Amino acid sequence: MALSDDSSWMTAAHSMGTTIIGVEYADGVVLGADSRTTTGIYVANRASDKISKLTDNVYICRSGSAADTQVISDYVRYLLHQHTIVLGEQATVKAAAKLVREIAYSNKSFLEAGMIVGGWDKHEKGSIFGVPIGGTLLRVPFTIGGSGSTYIFGFLDQAWRPGMSKQEAQDLVVKAVSLAMARDGGSGGVVRTVTISSAGVTRDYFSHDRLPKWHEDIPAGVSTALEALENANGEWMVV
Amino acid sequence: MSSIGTGYDLSVTTFSPDGRVFQTEYASKAVDNSGTAIGVTCKDGVVLGIEKLTPSKMLVEGSNKRIHHVHEHAGMAVAGLAADGRQVVARARAEAKNYLSFYGEEIPTSHLCERVASYVHLCTLYWWLRPFGTGVILGGYDRDGPQLYMIEPSGVSYRYFGAAIGKGRQAAKTEIEKLKLSEMTCKEAVFAVAKIIYGVHDEAKDKAFELEMSWICDESNKEHQKVPANLLEEAKAAAKAAQEEDMDAD
Repeated sequence: MALSDDSSWMTAAHSMGTTIIGVEYADGVVLGADSRTTTGIYVANRASDKISKLTDNVYICRSGSAADTQVISDYVRYLLHQHTIVLGEQATVKAAAKLVREIAYSNKSFLEAGMIVGGWDKHEKGSIFGVPIGGTLLRVPFTIGGSGSTYIFGFLDQAWRPGMSKQEAQDLVVKAVSLAMARDGGSGGVVRTVTISSAGVTRDYFSHDRLPKWHEDIPAGVSTALEALENANGEWMVV
Repeated sequence: MSSIGTGYDLSVTTFSPDGRVFQTEYASKAVDNSGTAIGVTCKDGVVLGIEKLTPSKMLVEGSNKRIHHVHEHAGMAVAGLAADGRQVVARARAEAKNYLSFYGEEIPTSHLCERVASYVHLCTLYWWLRPFGTGVILGGYDRDGPQLYMIEPSGVSYRYFGAAIGKGRQAAKTEIEKLKLSEMTCKEAVFAVAKIIYGVHDEAKDKAFELEMSWICDESNKEHQKVPANLLEEAKAAAKAAQEEDMDAD
């Protein structure tokens, strides 16, 4: 059963186990993702960037096959570039999401790509569109994707509310991704976020020292989880 | 200002020595000889009007329309060869539909105009095609507000506050220039356009005509539609009355 017997991991396609999330807040959107890319069980890249730029005002979170999502992003980036020139103004998030969907739907038997498109334009302000595997297109106030997302549906349902501030939205995104990373083997590394609003785009990343600690990360100097809870003063494991 | 282009006017792929393509100029003649078409942009929308000449009393009223629906928020008034006009409209409809299907959004009016104009222009580039003998006034209401464009048989297009093509265009343009369009509502413009069309209609040369009007405005929910029947009747009545007044004023 040893790794030395089965070498398929060396040639398996790069997949992004992944947790991705997109959330609308009062003035824009926050996109978040983990940073683990795997080839079978091997972590091919522990610091990957799964949030890619489509235009200055629209970004895409990628999950599923790394190759498929990269190529889709490349196509849509090219189409949007031309669209922007012809229109003479910024493309809308809706148009970007539509193009992503068109490719995903028309090639559904060849692709394994679950994506979240988010951005800001002057007509609809901040918007998030989910384009899961199969090529559905749905505008939503928040959505999650990737293998890690299954562990945090309940968390988001409870914790998301409309009209959050930028800080609240960013905290929510970081918390959600780190919770998923704690449980999903396919997600890990750092949490990357991209915040898009009328003011522009800001990127951030949160490595382990800035991430909340969850139940299996017992603080130093404490030998049992029970002790940790007692000493936490209600700070630890607060959701 | 016409001149005979003898020898240089046999093909649309031939330039004259003074740099003109006579075939497209001749195509424009077809537009110049047709019933007048007018378009104006107001502060809350666009109004299109047509002097639809009816050569025979046997024609059913309301048939043979010259204002066509292109998409939800866009319409076209055509002048010139009717069949050519229908083809241009068909292309415009296809472009608008294709854009919506690809980008998930309504086509911006300026972009629709470019696509249609480049199609019209296309037909002036090949010897085995003849130019469209149609001038088109395109009105649209999109995210950037109400806009009006005019596309000529040569494939050239401009954006206008007010435009007129066809027989009575000179007189119509003079009248349009007198209007304060940026302060008018579409309702007021309907009356003004009706009056202009009745005014430029030549009773002596062309016997009967029908007034066809459409608008895209806030009142129509930014959708292209025929001007409501009662409003149109009021406008016609007012226009006729104004004509009689003018005649009496001699």
